[in-house]
Amino acid sequence: MDAPDGAGVDNPRAREDRLPVYEAWNEDRAAAIIADHAGMDGAALPILHALQHAFGCVPRDAVPMVASALNLTRAEVHGIVTFYHEFRQSPPGRHILHVCRAEACQALGGDQVVAHARDRLGVDWHGTTPDGAVTLEPVFCLGLCAIGPAAMLDGEPLARLDAAKLDAVLEQAS
Amino acid sequence: MTRVFVPRDAAALALGADAVAKALDGHATVVRTGSRGMFWLEPMIEVETEAGRIAYGPVSAADVPGLLAAGLLTGAAHALRQGLTQEIPFLARQTRVTFTRCGAVDPLSIEDYEAHGGLGGLRKALEIGPAATIETVLKSGLRGRGGAGFPTGIKWKTVADTPDGQKYIVCNADEGDSGTYADRMLMEGDPFGLIEGMVIAGLAVGATKGFVYTRSEYPHAIATFDAALAEARKAGLLGPDVMGSGRAFDIAQRVGAGAYVCGEETALLESLEGRRGQVRAKPPLPAHQGLFARPTVVNNVITLATVPMILRDGAETYQMIGFGRSRGTMPIQLAGNVRFGGLFEAGFGVTLGDIVNDIGGGTRSGRPVRAVQVGGPLGAYFPPSLFDTPFDYEAFAAKDGLIGHGGVVVFDDTVDMARQARFAMEFCAAESCGKCTPCRIGSVRGMETVEKIIAGIQVDANLELLRDLCHTMKFGSLCALGGFIPYPVMSALTYYPEDFRRPHAMAAE
Repeated sequence: MDAPDGAGVDNPRAREDRLPVYEAWNEDRAAAIIADHAGMDGAALPILHALQHAFGCVPRDAVPMVASALNLTRAEVHGIVTFYHEFRQSPPGRHILHVCRAEACQALGGDQVVAHARDRLGVDWHGTTPDGAVTLEPVFCLGLCAIGPAAMLDGEPLARLDAAKLDAVLEQAS
Repeated sequence: MTRVFVPRDAAALALGADAVAKALDGHATVVRTGSRGMFWLEPMIEVETEAGRIAYGPVSAADVPGLLAAGLLTGAAHALRQGLTQEIPFLARQTRVTFTRCGAVDPLSIEDYEAHGGLGGLRKALEIGPAATIETVLKSGLRGRGGAGFPTGIKWKTVADTPDGQKYIVCNADEGDSGTYADRMLMEGDPFGLIEGMVIAGLAVGATKGFVYTRSEYPHAIATFDAALAEARKAGLLGPDVMGSGRAFDIAQRVGAGAYVCGEETALLESLEGRRGQVRAKPPLPAHQGLFARPTVVNNVITLATVPMILRDGAETYQMIGFGRSRGTMPIQLAGNVRFGGLFEAGFGVTLGDIVNDIGGGTRSGRPVRAVQVGGPLGAYFPPSLFDTPFDYEAFAAKDGLIGHGGVVVFDDTVDMARQARFAMEFCAAESCGKCTPCRIGSVRGMETVEKIIAGIQVDANLELLRDLCHTMKFGSLCALGGFIPYPVMSALTYYPEDFRRPHAMAAE
């Protein structure tokens, strides 16, 4: 009764369409992003998300700007950026692979998928392959717990992974 | 053209649902829905016939030409045909209350929502007024489905009784527990149910603003819910004049950033306010001083999404389902190494053994079940000898476990429980907010101690140390992260002691 292969490899949406294109650092652009969100209730996370969406990370130079806009110290903003696993301080590779490390995936051999991902990419967690193609990130649960081991490539969910299926997916990520 | 329903739930997408929808394009009117929650059948498509919806699954894009040739659009026979959706045993055995629409409706169609019983609860709430609304929720016996099981009506009444002024409804959609996906499914499959529940809560306690805090690991839920908010505003369900009542209520969605601890309600509030997600000491309770120090209802997605039905059908109808002090239904989420993984909503009281073996069909690997972790990473591992435990807040607490948010993760006999104990401590170390010492330091020391035990170093002394550390963490931590992580560790020690005393080739003296 197992479902057919479908680890996202036959996804009709062209992968290129959703490839993030990060902008080079631009202070005016950062200032505009901050100004757009500064009026929100609890604006810090929305601002940091928007900066990361634009630049691929929260650039160091943006931290004092966020601090100034929100009447916080630079240390406080740095504290926020570094508290949350999602925010990065340098841009990722062209693709981001999030591999689930949590228990439901472990129960289905997730640890082997994790080990294979690290071996094949030759990087540790948060690392990017030397060619800049893939950044490997751990994630604790994607809510795909009945069809694990699970992962997410550039925001697209992948299920019932094993080493071969992961290879097929990574083959496309260049 | 005949309508064919194809899920757009993230799990169905992971299994190729988009390609199936594309293959059907031009042959049928494809309606994208949430998932019914039978993941071994996903992508499961349904054909509308005069007899009702007929399900086929698991369908791959490559199956579609053959299905069409066999007469898919008339509901004809095929190896993948599962019969009438409502009669599939896994679904027919459930008591669907909160998830009645999920998988059946177009999640972004208000018309569809209303045609399937939506908005009846809000109309009733507007008719009877705030006090009677709270009384109804109180009488229904509804308890918080996020894990703590606190009576929802009491929380609402506490906020309603505070002096007038800005109040908030905060929905906790930071569903971080491994093995759980009910919030995700609901936000992707029936987002108006959550919106209606939040509006009812807002009108009942006198709040004009709601926030939904959704974890960033759920991009599809975030997108669907944002689209649903826009539809709800267009339809007048949200805004300055909710359904012509003259009362205002609106909702904003905020996205987390990968911190598990933000599922703890006070850490969530800190995060919403734009700070590090560090736990607050209680009191003051969020009901008195919550978001921006204002009275705040913090409820889980499932709790809020259950409220409309309680209002519409009455407290008694809901209250009659259940077991002991656990009233109503619980969406049990079968996960991990299980044959029939999926969402099973049922009244409280079904035993763990029935859930795992009867409903779940045992392991997917076909090997014997050795351990079941219930309630996420902070929940205990139960061996088959505890399978007579009924699914109920108090019954699980009595056996040093918890039902949490309803996740049931099944492991077969290849699991190494010492490794699971080590992982629990590693997870706590990675996710600790750092505010209290037992959790911040204890989790790191706990991980090191389990590693020593696994390596065979002074096993007896380190086991004693680990038990002592768990005691300190349980009673000395500020919140449930450090306070409950001893459950998986201690249950592994208690029920699987042999895994901590394995001969190790690398053992040091």
